[in-house]
Amino acid sequence: MAIVAQSSKFSTYGRPILAWGVGLLFFFPIFWMILTSFKTDADAVKPEHLIFFTPTLENYLNMTQNYDYWRFARNSVITAVSATVFTLFVSIPAAYAMAFNPTRRTKDVLMWMLSTKMLPAAAVLYPMIFLAKGIGLYDTHILVIAVLSLINLPIAIWMLFTYFKEIPKDIIEAGKMDGVNTWGEIKEILIPLAWGGIASTALLIFIFCWNEAYWTVRLTTVDAATLSKLIEGNRAPEGLFFGRLSAVSTAAVGPIVVLGWFCQKQLVQGLTFGAVK
Amino acid sequence: MSFKNALCAASTIALMAGSSATAESLTIAIVNNGHMINMQTVAEAYTAETGVELNWVSLEEGVLREQVTSDTATGGGQYDIINIGMQEAPIWGAAGWIEPLEFGADYDVDDILPAMREGLSHDGTLYAAPFYGESSMVMYRKDLTDAAGVTIADNDSWDNVMAAAAAMHDPDNGVYGACLRGKPGWGDNMAFITTVVNSFGGAWFDADYRPQLDSTEWNAAINFYVELLGSYGPPGSEGNSFNEILALYNEGKCGLWIDATIAASFLEVDGVAYAQSPNAGNPVGANWLWAWAMAIPAGSPNAEAASDFIEWATSKDYVQAVGNHPDFGWGSVPTGQRASTYAIPEFQAAAAFADAEMAAIESAAPGATDLKPYVGVQFAAIPEFPEVGSAVAQEMAAALSGAKSVEDALAAAQAAAEAIMTEAGY
Repeated sequence: MAIVAQSSKFSTYGRPILAWGVGLLFFFPIFWMILTSFKTDADAVKPEHLIFFTPTLENYLNMTQNYDYWRFARNSVITAVSATVFTLFVSIPAAYAMAFNPTRRTKDVLMWMLSTKMLPAAAVLYPMIFLAKGIGLYDTHILVIAVLSLINLPIAIWMLFTYFKEIPKDIIEAGKMDGVNTWGEIKEILIPLAWGGIASTALLIFIFCWNEAYWTVRLTTVDAATLSKLIEGNRAPEGLFFGRLSAVSTAAVGPIVVLGWFCQKQLVQGLTFGAVK
Repeated sequence: MSFKNALCAASTIALMAGSSATAESLTIAIVNNGHMINMQTVAEAYTAETGVELNWVSLEEGVLREQVTSDTATGGGQYDIINIGMQEAPIWGAAGWIEPLEFGADYDVDDILPAMREGLSHDGTLYAAPFYGESSMVMYRKDLTDAAGVTIADNDSWDNVMAAAAAMHDPDNGVYGACLRGKPGWGDNMAFITTVVNSFGGAWFDADYRPQLDSTEWNAAINFYVELLGSYGPPGSEGNSFNEILALYNEGKCGLWIDATIAASFLEVDGVAYAQSPNAGNPVGANWLWAWAMAIPAGSPNAEAASDFIEWATSKDYVQAVGNHPDFGWGSVPTGQRASTYAIPEFQAAAAFADAEMAAIESAAPGATDLKPYVGVQFAAIPEFPEVGSAVAQEMAAALSGAKSVEDALAAAQAAAEAIMTEAGY
């Protein structure tokens, strides 16, 4: 009885406290970044202005006036949205084929796809640069979209494969019996049934695309440069410009944090799909 | 939305490629620091006057090097103007990767400090125009040295500097005697360490370009460095470079700091005094020399417009424009490039460090000497140096942290440097 009572107490008080503690711990760096973005560069490094300071919008004004924030933001939206759409367009049929029509080699194919994520990006940096310049795609949206799609495809296929595996094969086969073709099976049966999983995959891929920095910094200059490049450009080797760096970082992660906040239900639903059998 | 429609929409968005550079626009790759940030505002007047649009691509130093190197080496033409340093300018000039610079008589090329001009030239031809330059010097807390009853003189001995650091060292009250670079990197800890080694009479390579890390001079210099920073430096010094030490210094936690002269313009602690870099008998190479300069990649389609902009941005008029700008003033003008800047009374009044900086730059000796066959003070202007310097930097950080003995670290550094140089064909 005592154990049950203790367990109940933990459920009532302990879990919420633990959850809030973990939540605050994860949120603290973001809170600190937002707080610092309203400090001048001088105040940002002064211990006496750690909490109490005169807030300023100077860093945000500087960011929009001197750094053309909206150009970077527009590029981020174009590349992240397009890459997510393209990734889903390829990964849904691929995961469908592997989940409902597996062959002897399906597992090997899945492992091979995952193994491409194990290659260090730096190993193919210069070949990628030469290739991009050779075909005239360096610093274009098409190149960034292609790269973002390719690096995220393995994860998307793996996630969707896991979700699709949870759907009874009989439902798909019943559709077949009714004369539905493959495209109809995907569109009319699979997508509505696995909508939660597809939405969470799309959201995660979008977040990965939005935050990707290694390639977007190195394969762009002006025309296709994303917010990652704006942040990178505000790192200074000589000088402490933490105020303006925080403002740029806040403005870069802001949209994705807001999106995540509004879609958290779908995100959690999708991520826990099939977790309890 | 059907998949077909979604694909069409995605393709349409994807094809929205931006406009390419025209003759009336210049794409400029710059390193992100105070002077460069200010230039973006000051240059609005240049655009208003000439109609030339300026696209700034601001990058962190390491990424800038990576991008500019790959772009220039492949003749990519992504940039019309690039920011490069003293390590790259003579090498890239010799390789034909950047255009030689020639300006009108009004530009007064002889006004550029001789050390800067020499360091940015190859065979007497200027390949990059200095936007700002720096050397290194001692920046110390006069209030602390006075309280401790010690002094630090120009070109002092290292022994005296160590004694001053020991006298100021008071970790219980959060003050560390000496704050020096320890973070591994050829431009980080090795910049400072190389000046120490130079002052002990050592060099990176002998006349045959064989690495000299197994020499007695390197051994003495690194033992001294590890003892000074290990005994009187802040904890975790192997993670400190310019920015980390700047933060510590402005929090009042450093007795003395030996680093880039540009640091003086960021110091907000009262009572800072300056002295020329110490040495251990050999004053040549005790203080480093560096410039962030502007160059034009070879084959740039906008070379003429790029040259005009560089001529303006590195001119005497630009210094006046920054000094008289309502947002900046004379304390913000780029220094270390022209002798005339140091003669401006308003600048002298605004910059207490001006004389010390000028003296440090003038005494820096980047040219080859009997001791070293290469150009460069805190680096060797050869293509292999970044790789050698980075490998050695890791070993020096290991020695500083205590993970290795100085002797073991130097032996490993020598082996790594020899392997790189042998592979490179030396």
